[in-house]
Amino acid sequence: MSKQEYTITVYTENHIGLLNRIAIIFSRRKINVESLNTSPSEVAGIHRFTIVINEVEDVVRKLVRQVEKQVEVLKAYYNTNDEIVWQELAMYKVPTDEIAEKVKVERLLREYGARAVVIRKDYTIFETSGHREETDRLVQVLEPFGLIEFVRSARVAIIKSSRGFHEKLKEFEALRPGANIVENEFLDKQEEVFTM
Amino acid sequence: MDTLTLPKDKQTAAKQETVEVTGSVALLDALIAEKVDTIFGYPGGAIMPIYDALYDYNDRLKHVLVRHEQGGIHAGQGYARTSGKVGVVFATSGPGATNLVTGLADAMIDSTPLVCITGQVFAHLLGTDAFQETDVINITTPVTKWNYQVTDATEIPAVIAKAFFIAGSGRPGPVLIDITKNAQLQKFSYDGYKPCDYIRSYRPKPLVRKEYVQQAADLINKAEKPFVIFGQGVILGKAEAEFKAFLQKSGIPAAWTILGMSAIATDHPQAVGMLGMHGNYGPNVLTNECDVLIAIGMRFDDRVTGRLDKYAKQAKVIHLDIDPAEIDKNVKSTVPVWGDCKETLPLLTEMIEPKVYPQWLQKFRDFEQQEQEICIQPELHPDTEILTMGEVINILNDLTKGEAIVVTDVGQHQMVACRYAKFTKTKSNITSGGLGTMGFALPAAIGAKFGDPARTVVAVIGDGGFQMTLQELGTIMQSKVNVKILILNNQFLGMVRQWQQLFHERRYSFVDITSPDFVQVAKGYGISGQKVSEREVLRGALETMLNHNGAYLLEVMVGKENNVFPMVPQGCSVSEIRLK
Repeated sequence: MSKQEYTITVYTENHIGLLNRIAIIFSRRKINVESLNTSPSEVAGIHRFTIVINEVEDVVRKLVRQVEKQVEVLKAYYNTNDEIVWQELAMYKVPTDEIAEKVKVERLLREYGARAVVIRKDYTIFETSGHREETDRLVQVLEPFGLIEFVRSARVAIIKSSRGFHEKLKEFEALRPGANIVENEFLDKQEEVFTM
Repeated sequence: MDTLTLPKDKQTAAKQETVEVTGSVALLDALIAEKVDTIFGYPGGAIMPIYDALYDYNDRLKHVLVRHEQGGIHAGQGYARTSGKVGVVFATSGPGATNLVTGLADAMIDSTPLVCITGQVFAHLLGTDAFQETDVINITTPVTKWNYQVTDATEIPAVIAKAFFIAGSGRPGPVLIDITKNAQLQKFSYDGYKPCDYIRSYRPKPLVRKEYVQQAADLINKAEKPFVIFGQGVILGKAEAEFKAFLQKSGIPAAWTILGMSAIATDHPQAVGMLGMHGNYGPNVLTNECDVLIAIGMRFDDRVTGRLDKYAKQAKVIHLDIDPAEIDKNVKSTVPVWGDCKETLPLLTEMIEPKVYPQWLQKFRDFEQQEQEICIQPELHPDTEILTMGEVINILNDLTKGEAIVVTDVGQHQMVACRYAKFTKTKSNITSGGLGTMGFALPAAIGAKFGDPARTVVAVIGDGGFQMTLQELGTIMQSKVNVKILILNNQFLGMVRQWQQLFHERRYSFVDITSPDFVQVAKGYGISGQKVSEREVLRGALETMLNHNGAYLLEVMVGKENNVFPMVPQGCSVSEIRLK
């Protein structure tokens, strides 16, 4: 069994500290998290984590069970790259004059499926999404033209074989809505509060 | 600060009318609703409002003042293990909370249900490096089943309900609730306590899949040399009766892990002893000869399996466990039976055919005979003048008739006690199994006594471990805890010394430990005791200890360089177990 990329999808409650609880399951075994995305799912109160690691399947299976065992985790899955469709979003900031004069913007946009988000006199921001190699290629292309800044998001992925996740989540929410998150409302009131 | 105590007729649950209470009062009311009778704790600045409220609850909640928070949490563990209930521990913020960490880690790895309440600085001070502020939630995340920080008193009833539910259900474990001081003081309208029995993201027990139980039964029915190995899951699942019924019908020989010990009587006709590094000869060797290995409520710890790639490779493995993450974690199972063994065992018992395995069982007895000659006889009936740990335990068995609770610390004395102690009742062997926490026994024995006050509690401790938590003698003195302290003193950190002798060419690096006069120390705490080193007086001294009215410390001087055998050396297979 050799190491390969696995994408782990985790549905969770929205709970302070859960990110740490999940992260330490990986760091405890000295496994590097290649990419981590966490954001609200389509159902209120339920969050979705997408975690990418490089490991052998046996270890991944154990990790996923340990993730799923956490009290606030609804469900966890793992998949190989063959089993998912995934994207990463990338943004590129380049000087407008260089781009306008030296490369054909139009060709760039077409070839890399990019989109200009902002065009100003001093700079232009392109956005594209795709696999790592694709977004990397555009970096290389833009590098000679004075790339100013580049950023890439974590992977988000959809499982090809999934069925009824959306309905299942809605059932969860309908059955018993998640508790509202209580944040610390006192933090900005330091001056007003009498302390001992 | 003024707290409002609930009038007795307004206490707990199901009262529709609301009443203004502080967060502290709501907490204590919740504890009473959860039928908590004993709290182990230590006050401090950030938990003062709770202690202030506790002042008025003295008649309903017994608080045991410990001498160190680590002692408090180990006592909570001892209480939970002998009572079968959730242990409750109070500590303040900062150092109070960090002192709990060892106990939390111990409870986590040994699946002990605890609810720990820590005070925390005012919510508006969080993150400011306030006095006695520490990030308890993040420090304790890896060593708790669940933890939560309360900053608003209105959360308290529901959070405490969740805490007890999570700690005690499924595979039990420690839960920590950190409550900021403002939430302890804050008044809110309280409409009673509602226990929690459902959390949508939490499934305490996996659903039992009958087809797997059937597959397991089929394997068992066809087996010629089946072997049962069981752990604490049987005790935690309160499934002792179901387990005995299974053993009786199946006729299969059974060995325990260190934490499974006492789930069945040690003299059960099918009992073949303890597994693991210092376990018995037969169960270790025959693990690699059985054809079906039935693991019940145990997790294949490395101290049980030895070298994994040479562990029970010939056998089909049936693994019954409540925690799906344990299935296939260390040993790949042929048939996984997910579920609470209280449910799965009766199903399995029904599906199997009644059988006996006289020849197979005899094989265990033959190995036992060899072990008897080479290891057990010289340990229990030595022909030298110097006392052995084993003979002390042997006389203790005789005097307690196997009815006492034995709490052990960690090291050679622990292995000897667990090898030779006889038990007739469940929940009798209390020890730090997974974490191996020296200093566990003395405070755990205190808790064990509160958890089951009718029984005799004997804490067997080494000279090293005793010095780690001997401050709890103060708790024993103040709360008049009737525990019997049996120190087996070999004047060494014996287990490390044994390894240094066997694997490090006798380079005794920092294992030569000096001890104070333990009897004098106990005397300082008003605890009677004596020290013996001669065989003639040993039995009498143990009798005196057991018959003494109240706590008693008996120090027994034993051989300095005795080793615990048999032993599966690290990195070896269980069948390579050494008798000497």
